Amino acid sequence: MALISEGAFVADGWRRLADEEALPASGKVIVSLSRLEAALSGTDVDAPLGVIAPNTTDPEVLRPSLSRLSVIAIQFPAFADGRGFSLASLLRRAGYKGELRASGRLLADQYLHALGCGFDTVEIPDDLAQRHSEAQWRKALRMRSLNYQRGYSHGGSILERRRKGAS
Amino acid sequence: MTAHDPALPARPNAATTYIYDAYDRAFVQERVAEFREQVQRRLAGELTEEEFRPFRLMNGLYLQLHAYMLRVAIPYGTLTARQMRQLAYIADRWDKGYGHFTTRQNLQYNWPLLVDTPDILAALAEVDMHAIQTSGNCIRNVTSDQFAGVAADEIEDPRPTAEFLRQWSSAHPEFSFLPRKFKIAVTGATHDRAAIKAHDIGLRIVRNGEGEIGYEVMVGGGLGRSPFIAKAIREFLPREDLLAHLEAILRVYNRFGRRDNKYKARIKILVHETGIDEIRTQVEREFAQMDRAPFSYDTQEFARVAGFFSDPPYEALPSFSVVLEKAQQENREFAGFVETNVSQHKKPGYAIVTISLKPIGGIPGDATSNQMRALADASEKFGFGELRVSHEQNIILPHVKQDDLYALWRVLGDAGLATANAGLITDIISCPGLDYCALATARSIPIAQEISRRFASLELQREIGKLGVKISGCINACGHHHVGAIGILGLEKKGEESYQITVGGDPTLKASIGQRLGPGLRADEVPEVIERLVQFYLSVRVDGETFIDTWRRLGHERFKELVRGEGEDGSDI
Repeated sequence: MALISEGAFVADGWRRLADEEALPASGKVIVSLSRLEAALSGTDVDAPLGVIAPNTTDPEVLRPSLSRLSVIAIQFPAFADGRGFSLASLLRRAGYKGELRASGRLLADQYLHALGCGFDTVEIPDDLAQRHSEAQWRKALRMRSLNYQRGYSHGGSILERRRKGAS
Repeated sequence: MTAHDPALPARPNAATTYIYDAYDRAFVQERVAEFREQVQRRLAGELTEEEFRPFRLMNGLYLQLHAYMLRVAIPYGTLTARQMRQLAYIADRWDKGYGHFTTRQNLQYNWPLLVDTPDILAALAEVDMHAIQTSGNCIRNVTSDQFAGVAADEIEDPRPTAEFLRQWSSAHPEFSFLPRKFKIAVTGATHDRAAIKAHDIGLRIVRNGEGEIGYEVMVGGGLGRSPFIAKAIREFLPREDLLAHLEAILRVYNRFGRRDNKYKARIKILVHETGIDEIRTQVEREFAQMDRAPFSYDTQEFARVAGFFSDPPYEALPSFSVVLEKAQQENREFAGFVETNVSQHKKPGYAIVTISLKPIGGIPGDATSNQMRALADASEKFGFGELRVSHEQNIILPHVKQDDLYALWRVLGDAGLATANAGLITDIISCPGLDYCALATARSIPIAQEISRRFASLELQREIGKLGVKISGCINACGHHHVGAIGILGLEKKGEESYQITVGGDPTLKASIGQRLGPGLRADEVPEVIERLVQFYLSVRVDGETFIDTWRRLGHERFKELVRGEGEDGSDI
């Protein structure tokens, strides 16, 4: 997997823990949603913990543990399945402050959609990373300098700029 | 001099429709640059066809039967003369000299090359136009009443709302990868000319008891293989809550709409399977939980947008035109045109003219580049340089002086555009069908042409009166056959084209879905059955009844009996 943050391929400090693997005493691990409860009770309250969840997850399920989680990775089973975008928006609304990661075959062309909905990072399989180079992701950041929507986390909507221009 | 020569007046009708500001223009240019880059990556193999597909669709580019097809948005159906000339220029430069106006206020070019499309999009951007979100699983071009702003029965011009929604829905970060396409239509009149109940969301501008303007919100309408009439989800939505409420609907749909089967993925299926009351509860819950402040309808911004749609400088005219009266008396053909193609305007002395793109035996909705230029010229000479496109696939000149109607009719006649059949049986809505479309299961255009020839006599057409014939070449229903008083659906049965006839559809606020007349027909049987239906109607109608009125009064069985057991090969029709 390749991890993209701020338009660059970066080293992933987190490790995906397979369900059959024992929970380590320390270290940054991401567990599956089905294992979250056990992981929460089996680790220190300040131990770093992440979870990977399907895009159909009810945000209410995660709400009690939001302050405890440092990474939430949302799975994109297909790049054209946009449910993860809504789930990200809902988790941000619920007050989640940690890293939100989009995990799946996302394309660079969707990078700004992801950032707009509150994702910080994108995690793609290696074969895709070979075709969609780092340069492409960096370029994607500059592809859209303007957007019409408000209430999403990308900077400066057209409406805000119009207002500034008018005053 | 080319159509986009800068020496030409930038916007002859600058006062009557939205004009892009620097931000709108930069936004569209960025989209063109992005698509140009995507095409290059596709050609270089960096994007697979599967990956490229949604982005090509979001820029209006379909892969059809013989070639690519580019679908250009005409938001809320409003065009300036300059824009129409540019459409003609594009047709000549990159296509085969014509375009096809669709049932959703779009224009389709049937023969563009993939490598040319970025240049075509750039040419559109020069005149504040685009093909953004005319295809794909996203919020599509927002459509509206073709008589917006000039209709006599209007509460408010729906176009500022539609433009507001065009902006809000463009490149939306959350709602660009929906389960399926999503279509919104807005009307501000008491009579629905925008078929809003056949849309995923239909908005009707209404006034409440306190005299405040708001929206009646309807959801879950749609045609296609399972047609549904939209249901009310909010009876009165205050204007300031419009965007927030739409965000709530879209979020519920994006999360819970089916993605396992593309034929069950539209919001109409979610509404049907979950029930409108439960969907309403979910939407209202989401609406209550969201921070609505960022979405609240910005009154200043709304006023800015609405300001563009102000009235053109009308002259104060008497409501009765002596010139028109005289011309009607002297020329029967012209009088017939006025009777069918001219509608009442809100200003005394003015008229709304519907220009039919349905010449007898022609291809419904097609216009040549020369006709487009003739229309642009006519709009400048007779109507402040503004044109409209209707979902019936016709062109409208919205502000013509009654005194000028005769001169306009002469000009239209020279361009082959004076067919006096608006709303009549030969004003047929038709999809492109198997002649162009990869989805089609049967041809549509030749059926439309043959029916048109059978009823060529204008006298007979007027005798028959208002009658909508709508033809789709497959169950996706692009020709709106479900809401045709007579609907025709082309299917494929054992390698043969087979046509199913429905009767009783209605696209207006009284919306209803047509009912099947019987088993499928061969192509050559269709016109005859239509004739039989019409003859029956003529023989039994009572005073003032339209075809659909008669059908409602007598019931469907009477019409079914009419064709039963009369097939030539012994089979039921």
